[in-house]
Amino acid sequence: MKKLINDPQNVVAEALLGIEAAHPDLNVDHQHKIIYRADAPRRGKVGIISGGGSGHEPLHGGFVGLGMLDAACAGEVFTSPVPDQMLAATKLVDGGAGVLHVVKNYTGDVMNFEMAAELAAAESGAQVVSVVTDDDVAVQDSTWTAGRRGVGVTVLLEKIAGAAAEQGRSLEQVAEVARQVNANGRSMGLALTSCTVPAAGKPTFELGEDEMELGVGIHGEPGRQRVPMATAREIAEMLVEPVLADLPFTNGDKVIAFVNGLGGTPLLELYVMYNEVNRILTGHGVQVARSLVGSYITSLDMAGTSVTLLKVDDETLSLWDAPVKTPALRWGI
Amino acid sequence: MDDMVSTAGLNQWIRAFAELVAENKDSLTDLDAAIGDGDHGANMHRGLQAAVAALDDTKPATASTLLNKVGMTVVSTVGGASGPLFGTMFLRMGAALGDTAEVSLTQLATALRAGLGGVVARGKAEPGDKTMYDALAPAVDALESAASTGVDKADALKLALAAAENGRDATTPMLARKGRASYLGERSVGHQDPGATTVALLMAAAIRAPL
Repeated sequence: MKKLINDPQNVVAEALLGIEAAHPDLNVDHQHKIIYRADAPRRGKVGIISGGGSGHEPLHGGFVGLGMLDAACAGEVFTSPVPDQMLAATKLVDGGAGVLHVVKNYTGDVMNFEMAAELAAAESGAQVVSVVTDDDVAVQDSTWTAGRRGVGVTVLLEKIAGAAAEQGRSLEQVAEVARQVNANGRSMGLALTSCTVPAAGKPTFELGEDEMELGVGIHGEPGRQRVPMATAREIAEMLVEPVLADLPFTNGDKVIAFVNGLGGTPLLELYVMYNEVNRILTGHGVQVARSLVGSYITSLDMAGTSVTLLKVDDETLSLWDAPVKTPALRWGI
Repeated sequence: MDDMVSTAGLNQWIRAFAELVAENKDSLTDLDAAIGDGDHGANMHRGLQAAVAALDDTKPATASTLLNKVGMTVVSTVGGASGPLFGTMFLRMGAALGDTAEVSLTQLATALRAGLGGVVARGKAEPGDKTMYDALAPAVDALESAASTGVDKADALKLALAAAENGRDATTPMLARKGRASYLGERSVGHQDPGATTVALLMAAAIRAPL
């Protein structure tokens, strides 16, 4: 294992120190491992918090700031944060208009956020609504599993719901915007290599030089199948076609197209991928209204990519275009 | 009187559970690595060490305060899915027992039944989903039936352990339908469930303590 770390046990704590030092607009509660806006709570504004295991950066801490999240809770690497953290974050950002919890659909995350919401209601009377993302089409048989995983749509949802909250909309309105984003978005990912969890010190799974894991999860969970290495053009087909078929996206739909890197893939390759994705979408008559290309929801050092498509209307696009000022997304300011 | 369980006995039970999880930390992690994300042993170990430290600090005098303290500590320190599930189990047990310094075997069985109810409420598990439920439910059944037929404490706990171990072993051929293991589908078959394994350790701890 070759990593820029001091001690595998201290990776999360030391990264939080770095985030605090690098971003004066953000505060860090080191005891609870919370990154939050320095100006929180904003009176009358719906607070939005998210959180999850570390290792997916910039998700979620890199999306804290104006127009996006008010706070993010960092768990251990690939381990959900505990209810105390979300409870503390909820109290930090509650400006009287209630708090939205954005939760990725993993068993641990869902349960820990649920307990936090119960504790928040009991202790502070804060109004909490939770929205769970579950956009990963690689999980096919969701009746007999823990359900689809929350992946790329989470990034788009945090931006769009964040803009709605910034406009002063009510908790129920912001939650409805968030639900619509989840309902209209689909994703699928592919790994070229495994990731290595610092505390484990060795790759999570073995993948041959000539193999790829199609439909991989962001913690290295296995996907639909292991397939032979292919070109970017073929890979784009393998990812985009199942995503298109699932919603389904059809001729004339407008979308935000998000080509994401999983942590170990260069931007150069992501743009090669984006070109292929764009070509396929054009072929289906799907109109790309906005794009996002880069590594925004990662799996440590995993090489690979995911494609997320979100069907949008003009209202959603105006929320997407609204100003945002966070470490990882910044425009319109 | 021998069939009563004192708060000191419950304290010993939690400590023995922490010891057993520490001794089996690596094998729990290996079981989890095969079908989950490989952190079950380390997470439970961290949480139970914290629970033992909390018992040292607060020296709870009643069954309910003791189990509440353990539950809250587990929820706050374990993380993942195991924290809310085992934490809720202890919290519900504490709530069922009330402020008493010692409890009967029947009360203990009732408390474990409430703990099982908490696990189901939190995790929505059903029989055969390949989860901790599949070891805990038979253990609770065995303890209840032993308590109601007047079996003495030591034998009742042995029956509960045997039921938990049978339930644990029965998870191996099951297809996982909850948690991260469910993403594996057929590939989860042939692996013993780590959560059910930890439940069997909890029952073994009751004998080691002894309760």
